This record gives sequence, structure tokens and C-alpha cells, in this order.
Amino acid sequence: MRHKNSHNHSSIQLYGLVTLRLLIGWYFLYEGLAKVFTPKWTAYGYLMDSQGVFAPLFRTIAENQGLMAAADFINIWGLTLVGILLIIGLFEKIGYVGAALFLILYYLSHPPLLDASYLLPTEGSYLWVDKNLVMLGAVIVLSLFPTAMRIGVDSIIFKSKSK
Amino acid sequence: MSEKDTTPDKKTNNPENLSQQPVSHGRRDAIKALATVPVLGAMAYGVYRKRKQEMRNITSANMFHFNSEISPLTPLTPDGKTIRLGIIGSGIRGKQLMIALGFATPQYVEDLIQANKQNSADNRYRDFREQEDLKIVITAVCDIFDVHAEEATAAGANINREGLNSQYGATPKRYRNYRDLLAAEDVDAVVIASPDHWHGQMALDAVLAGKHVYLEKPMTWTVPETNALRNAVKESGIIFQLGHQNRQVEAYTRAREIVTKGLLGPVSLIETGTNRNDPNGAWVYPIHPDANPQTIDWQQFEGDPDRVKEYMDYMTSAGVAKYVGPDPRDKFSLERFFRWRCWWDYSTGLSGDLLTHEYDAMNQIMDLGIPTSANSSGGVYFFRDGRTVPDVLQTSFEFADKGLTMLYSATLASQFNRSRKIMGHDATMEVGNTLTVTIDPRSEQYRDKIDNGTIKPGEPFYHYVPGKSIDAVTSATELYFAERGLLYSYVDGKRYNTTYLHLREWLECIRSGKQPSCNIDRGFEEAITAHMGTRAYLEGHTIYWDAEKEEITRG
Repeated sequence: MRHKNSHNHSSIQLYGLVTLRLLIGWYFLYEGLAKVFTPKWTAYGYLMDSQGVFAPLFRTIAENQGLMAAADFINIWGLTLVGILLIIGLFEKIGYVGAALFLILYYLSHPPLLDASYLLPTEGSYLWVDKNLVMLGAVIVLSLFPTAMRIGVDSIIFKSKSK
Repeated sequence: MSEKDTTPDKKTNNPENLSQQPVSHGRRDAIKALATVPVLGAMAYGVYRKRKQEMRNITSANMFHFNSEISPLTPLTPDGKTIRLGIIGSGIRGKQLMIALGFATPQYVEDLIQANKQNSADNRYRDFREQEDLKIVITAVCDIFDVHAEEATAAGANINREGLNSQYGATPKRYRNYRDLLAAEDVDAVVIASPDHWHGQMALDAVLAGKHVYLEKPMTWTVPETNALRNAVKESGIIFQLGHQNRQVEAYTRAREIVTKGLLGPVSLIETGTNRNDPNGAWVYPIHPDANPQTIDWQQFEGDPDRVKEYMDYMTSAGVAKYVGPDPRDKFSLERFFRWRCWWDYSTGLSGDLLTHEYDAMNQIMDLGIPTSANSSGGVYFFRDGRTVPDVLQTSFEFADKGLTMLYSATLASQFNRSRKIMGHDATMEVGNTLTVTIDPRSEQYRDKIDNGTIKPGEPFYHYVPGKSIDAVTSATELYFAERGLLYSYVDGKRYNTTYLHLREWLECIRSGKQPSCNIDRGFEEAITAHMGTRAYLEGHTIYWDAEKEEITRG
């Protein structure tokens, strides 16, 4: 059913969806690589600056050396991996799930609440909805209209598998 | 894509596919499948360009390459002897010093425990418990206000850093007169945190009694006692540390290296200052409800008669007797007892309290020594509460031999942040918990790099963030967090307070016989500099230092 849907896109719809997939992939990949190339990068400050109902959870992670190290590792390599998956269209569904998980965590750790103010200034003005949430919406929509079976490595892997 | 899609009849229906063989169709599929892979190439190219740009920054950061990493903390001497401490003066600062040493009242610890229960992010209790044991015991306490003395003995007995209703150690003996404490045999060293007018005399008596001394700043209240104390310390061989904890700020050590390497070029101007804007910052401290003539030894508070005579001699001979009093010295006054910093009769004003920190930090970074001359101006402009010391003060110190001026500018009625600046011909360095160096557009030293675009003059060029490896490029985000103290408390594993480090250095020097960072020579420079600034304010004209005769003169 889903394959059929993806085939029903007109070319321009397909290219539009793939472009969106690429843009989000690019965003994730560079966020990951920038951290890879920053010596001693850590999300400690970011997590300690968390606000909202989940703030104690994020601070607990930051204050535990083991959890903090794991969080840093997952951030650096998770972002990089998700970026690559989305760009080349490999394991598309996993890529979207990963992207959505990161975005949900970022949103929950720094929710744009009425009374929240963060150390790091945001580049826009937000109330309840921020760019993380918008991107999360885009990722969910993309996952409903998959494209990697048309343009992506998935089309090779899963075709040859079915052969 | 499924096999269905490539059924022959579909192909034949599609004119585009008529002439195509299945092989080339497969190739087209493959091209489509991998169509987005070149994006990774674009990313790689972008990252390569970005890295190249950053490497250029690293190249410029290499100009600020340091020989060694600052060791975070050398371990305590193994099997070092336990040092028996006496605390002289346990008011606001005295209590802070005891806490830095690891001794707090059960009530204080209880409050920390409750604060943690209220807010799990409040880790002061854990931090206090985990603070390293400095191998000391507090055997003696002296304060002339009963409440402060009782709090100090309770803190001294709280050897396990417990809250209320716990097991405590032996209670330190309380002395009513510090001279009796100094005569005690079970005291090796003393921490002095009395009002300014007692600093020099108490330290002098402690040195003569053979005790090591940690003395709060400023070192002295009168000029003659400054000389007497220096001579006594030099002759005694005791370990003396003046309480300028800025000596322990890692960034200042780096700032010193930057200046020493000549990276700023010739420095002609240093700007420092103090900005506060609350009654507490202006020394309007609370008056304890239990304070009265029965609980306070006012006679001892008045001061040492010899020192008071020196003070009065100067004030009258310099024609500035209007700054004495206005209350008679023997009149009991709760205001004067708790807010003594507001009157010259006990205080050294902004010069002694806050200028000294700024001066000592700059002396630490630049080896300033004693200025050749000083000018001051200011007045009581905001806190018109009967005080005699100014709440707005500007002092300029000339270091003619070094070719520079140090400007100190303070107000106690605005806390707008002004950064400390060391201004050189080639670059200016802003000094705080982090360092920022900005290259001057007219720099000669950096001309080539400005011309070839490596350095953008006028923009912050080099940041130093403590705990961060030196050659790394610091991102704006990291800097943002670090400047607010959020980033590196974790990387170092623990957050250290500088007062603790300063006391620790003193104790370790007692064990090893080495000289601490703010020893009597640095203290002498600090005291004379502050006295010059004070006298320039009181007398209203330039005050000079005769380096040969070691005398403050009027030129």
C-alpha cells in the first residue's frame, strides 16, 4: 500500500519530498560532524540549562559522568548517522525514527514555555512551537510519504532482497 | 520498487522504454537510487572548507601557545602533619573562611540538606561534603561578639560536616582576647578575619608568637604598621599569606603568560573597577538582634591604642581630621560595630576593601609593584547614611617606570558590568573568569596577519576558557556556557572555590616551607598602594612613593 502511494507521486511531488529529506539529512549530518570536530564537545551546558517538567531528568543525566558520556556519544554519532541515512536514503524508516527521537528530546529539554528563558539566546521568537517542533512535523510527514524506495539506497537493497 | 513495475507489457506501453534493454534500465534505477549520494560529497567539501577556515584560527591561536597545561590541583602532601588552627574573627568573612576550610555550623549544613530536598539541583550539600579534608583541626576561636564566637565553636566542632542532632568532635576553646589565643600552645597557625583596623596589629602579634598567618585583605590600616609587619614576618620565618584569593584564578595565570610573552605589545593603560548596587555591597550589613553592650566587648573593638594613635597622628597632621569620627571612639554603637567599613575609624574604604583585589590581580598578572604616584577623587554620593568613606571613587595610579597607568573606578550604586582591560599597543585583553584578546587595528606586531586576513582587527580574536585545551577553537555556544560557569565544573569533575584553594596553598606551604603566592612582599605592595590611593582621596592631591627611602610623600 505504502509503496503504491510512493509511486503515485508525480515527479515534482517526489522531488519535493526528496529535497525535504535531503535538507533535514544535511542539517543532522552537519550538526553531528561539527561536534565530531569540536574537541571535548559536551552537551553538559545544554542539559544543565534545561527547563520544564523534564528538566530534572536532563540535569540528572548531565550530573552523572557515565550517563553524560553516553549522551555525548549518542548525540555526536547519532546525529551523524541519521544525517547519512536520510541523505542517501538508507534504512529510511530508521532514519526518520532516529531524527524524530532527537527532535523530541531537544524539544522536551528546551520547551519554548511562557516563562522559560535560556542561557543561549534563540535566533527567533517562539511560543510553544519552535523550529524543533516544526522539523519534527516535517519528519513525521516524510515518514508517511517515504521516498527512498524510489530515490535512495533502499531501492537497491530491498529490490535485490526480494529477488 | 517491485518486480511488477518492470513487466514487459508495461514496458511496451511506454514509448520511452521501447528501445531500452533491461540492463540499461537497471543502470537507470541504480543512478536514481544513488542520486542523492553526491550530496555527501558536497557536505565533505563544505566540511573541508570550514575546517580549513578553522585551522587558520588555530594557526592564530598558536601564537597564544602555552608551554604547559596548568595542573588542576597538586595532591596534598602525603602524611602531612595535622595543622592546629585558631580563628580570630568569625563574622561574615570569618565564617566564609571556615566553610572554605570545611567547617560549618550544624545549622548551616542542615540548611544545605533542606535546600537539596527542596530542589534536587541544589548540590551545595554534596559539594561541601565532598570537599577534600585539609588535615586541620580548629582548636581555638576568638570573637568579641558572643553569638559569632558560639557559631564558630559549633562550626569548629562539626568535624564530620553534619546537620543538626548528629555526632560532633571536640569543641574548640573560645578566647575573649586574641592575645590569649596567640599564647595557646595548641595553635600552630591563625586565620585572621577581623575588621581592618585590627589586621596589622593582630598579624604582628601572631608573627611574634611564632604562628603562621592567613590574613584577610587589606594587609594594614596604618602605614607604620605596614613596615613593622613586613619586617617581623621576614625575620620570623613563619608562612604568611594575604587573603587575595584571585591568586588562584586559573585565567589570571594564563593572562600573565600572555602579557609576559609580549602578545599585547607595550601596555599603557589598565582599567579596573568595582560595580555594586545593593546595601549589602555598600557594607550596610544586618545588625544582629542579640547584639548589645553585654554580648560585645566594645573596649577591644576600639582598637590597639598604638595603632589608633598612628591613625589620629596622620589624620591631624595631614589636615584631614574632618574624616575622623564623627562618633567618639569609646561610644558603643551597633551600627559602627556591624557596619564598620563605613567609617575611616576602622576601615580602609573602597581602597582597602575592593581596590586591593583589583590591584592584586593586576600585580599578579603584570608585576606592577608599588606605583610612583596616585590621584583619587570621589565622594559620598548615594549612601548618605552618615558614613565617612566614599561610595564613589576613582583612583589613578602612575607606574612611570613601567610607562603605564592603572585606573580604578568604582561606584556602589550601579552594577553595570565593566570588564577589566589591559590595553596594549598591539592588543587589548579583557580579564575575567575567561580571557578575551582583541587585536588592535593599528598593531605593528600583527600587521602581516591583519593584511592577509588571518586576523580581523577589532573582533575578539582569542578566547581562553579555563579547563579547555588551549589550541582548540572555542565555539560561541561553549563560550556562552563557560562564561556562566556551567561548562567546566563538570569536566574538572568538581567545582572549586578560590578561597578554599588559597587557604589550601597556605596550609601546604606551612607543611613544605615554601612561600605562598600572596606572601608578605606582595602584601607590602598591596598595602602601600592602597594607602597611597586613600591618602590621595583624603588629602585631595597627588601622593608619591619614594622607592629609595620606602616612604609615602607629598612630592
